[in-house]
Amino acid sequence: MMERTYAGTCVYCSDQGYLTELEQWTPEIGKEIAAEEEIEMTDKHWEVIKYLQEQCKNEVALSIRRVGKSGVVNIKEFYALFPGGPLKKASRIAGIPKPVSCI
Amino acid sequence: MKNILILGAGTSGTMMANHLRKSLSKDQWNITIVDKEETHYYQPGFLFLPFDIYKPKQVKKSIDKFIPKGVNLVREKIDRIEKDSDQVFLQNGEIISYDILIIATGTDIAPQEIEGMQSDNWHKDVFDFYTFDGAKNLRNKLREWEGGKLVVHICEMPIKCPVAPLEFAFLADSFFINKDMRDKVDLTFVTPMDGAFTKPTATKELNHLLEEKNIKIVPNFNIEKVDNENKKIVDYGGAEVEYDLLVTVPTNMGDPMIERSGFGDDLNFVPTDKSTLQSTVKDNIFAIGDATNIPASKAGSVAHFEAEILLENILRFIDGKELKASFDGHANCFIETGHGKALLIDFNYTHEPVTGSFPLPGVGPLRLLKESRMNHFGKLAFRWIYWNMLIKGTHIPFVSSAMSTAGKDLKEEETPIL
Ligand SMILES: Cc1cc2nc3c(=O)[nH]c(=O)nc-3n(C[C@H](O)[C@H](O)[C@H](O)COP(=O)(O)OP(=O)(O)OC[C@H]3O[C@@H](n4cnc5c(N)ncnc54)[C@H](O)[C@@H]3O)c2cc1C
Repeated sequence: MMERTYAGTCVYCSDQGYLTELEQWTPEIGKEIAAEEEIEMTDKHWEVIKYLQEQCKNEVALSIRRVGKSGVVNIKEFYALFPGGPLKKASRIAGIPKPVSCI
Repeated sequence: MKNILILGAGTSGTMMANHLRKSLSKDQWNITIVDKEETHYYQPGFLFLPFDIYKPKQVKKSIDKFIPKGVNLVREKIDRIEKDSDQVFLQNGEIISYDILIIATGTDIAPQEIEGMQSDNWHKDVFDFYTFDGAKNLRNKLREWEGGKLVVHICEMPIKCPVAPLEFAFLADSFFINKDMRDKVDLTFVTPMDGAFTKPTATKELNHLLEEKNIKIVPNFNIEKVDNENKKIVDYGGAEVEYDLLVTVPTNMGDPMIERSGFGDDLNFVPTDKSTLQSTVKDNIFAIGDATNIPASKAGSVAHFEAEILLENILRFIDGKELKASFDGHANCFIETGHGKALLIDFNYTHEPVTGSFPLPGVGPLRLLKESRMNHFGKLAFRWIYWNMLIKGTHIPFVSSAMSTAGKDLKEEETPIL
């Protein structure tokens, strides 16, 4: 656990840079994290972020498959919006914990 | 008379039938168990079958051999559960009413979930080894295969026995060395995870072993489709891996019966309380083993630990007592590493696998997260324990359902918070 400053606010982060307290999140913070991931946010990006945060609040475990079935984006679009590791990158921007694939 | 109905007579269902028959009075409780199969497969043996280490007959026995007297075995496919009327509908139209239901229908592969996977090449150059047929067909293929690009692949998590694909890669390395053709085989392990395993300490050890055995790893690969024509698998991000022989673990899903019953998550797993094993669907429905959605490994050893806790909770439920929230996610798995050696990992919801000795602190004889011959014999002995003790519900000495931290080299921050 460590502290980082985004958009002038000090927030708690995990070692891998995921916010540990969603209440600390603001869209400005999300935008700065997105910039670190080299992603420019569009309305579609925010729609996905909002969906992820809602799922997280309802304690639903997230997977790429679930996002693909959400009606918000399909998997192909999800990859296009957040190239590389879509769920990991989008989760970081959304201020929710790193998704764990169950074992 | 009251009725307990168990769906599925695999590892978990068979254990529960044995436990419950011993604990419940025959005058008060009927126990019925339903399964569509004639055969009980020892699934951990599917790992060894492709390499001719086990013979087919060592991994299958008749289901009824393990169902105790006083339990009614119904051989029929389950169509659906109607939870509101406490009834289960079978495919032949028969209806079974229950007071308490235990869902133990496990998980199966769903290759149809991936575009191009179940083509004409299925079981010709694209194989699974998670089914009896897959493992046997792959054995026939490997007997004749002359080498090339062998890709061992996981489609998506969760899968049962999450270390089995890695073990397959290790055993393949050893198999081709013994056949004097390792130089003709280019071996690659492709996974949707960050590394060889999800837990950091074990991943470090296992990544190291992959390197030592000259097995390449392609992490973070989320498969979109199998391109049969060009013999490659393609990732959603556009990455590609070529193969001559693809050994894949397709998406694992719960039985479609769960979907037909109107509950289950997007992979047809039953929503279940991870500590009590009561479903969140209805109070009188419980779930165990691979069929649940709890964040524990889907493994026989886990089901064994769950069974002890589920038994206690069902007895409490019958007596109208509060359920015990005591399942800690305990898993204990041997990992075959080839050349007659194996690793052992022991972990739960909150403790990742670490090094140390097991089950006796400082003594062992088994070593945690280190390769040894003794661990390999442990893995082979598991087959005997499985058929003779585990599914019959006999307690296995020294190993308790709650994980023990004794003998483990835990780091500061992993010490349990009390
Ligand atoms: C290759 C491989 C290696 C493994 N290695 C290990 C290991 O080393 N150690 C370990 O602990 N575990 C291992 N496992 C995992 C272990 O086998 C499973 O976790 C365990 O069998 C789960 O038990 P279960 O009762 O939940 O499901 P299962 O044993 O799969 O039983 C489910 C039963 O339900 C029945 N069923 C399902 N749907 C229906 C329906 N609609 N109608 C009627 N019947 C139905 C099925 O026929 C089946 O008999 C391995 C698995 C595989 C595939």
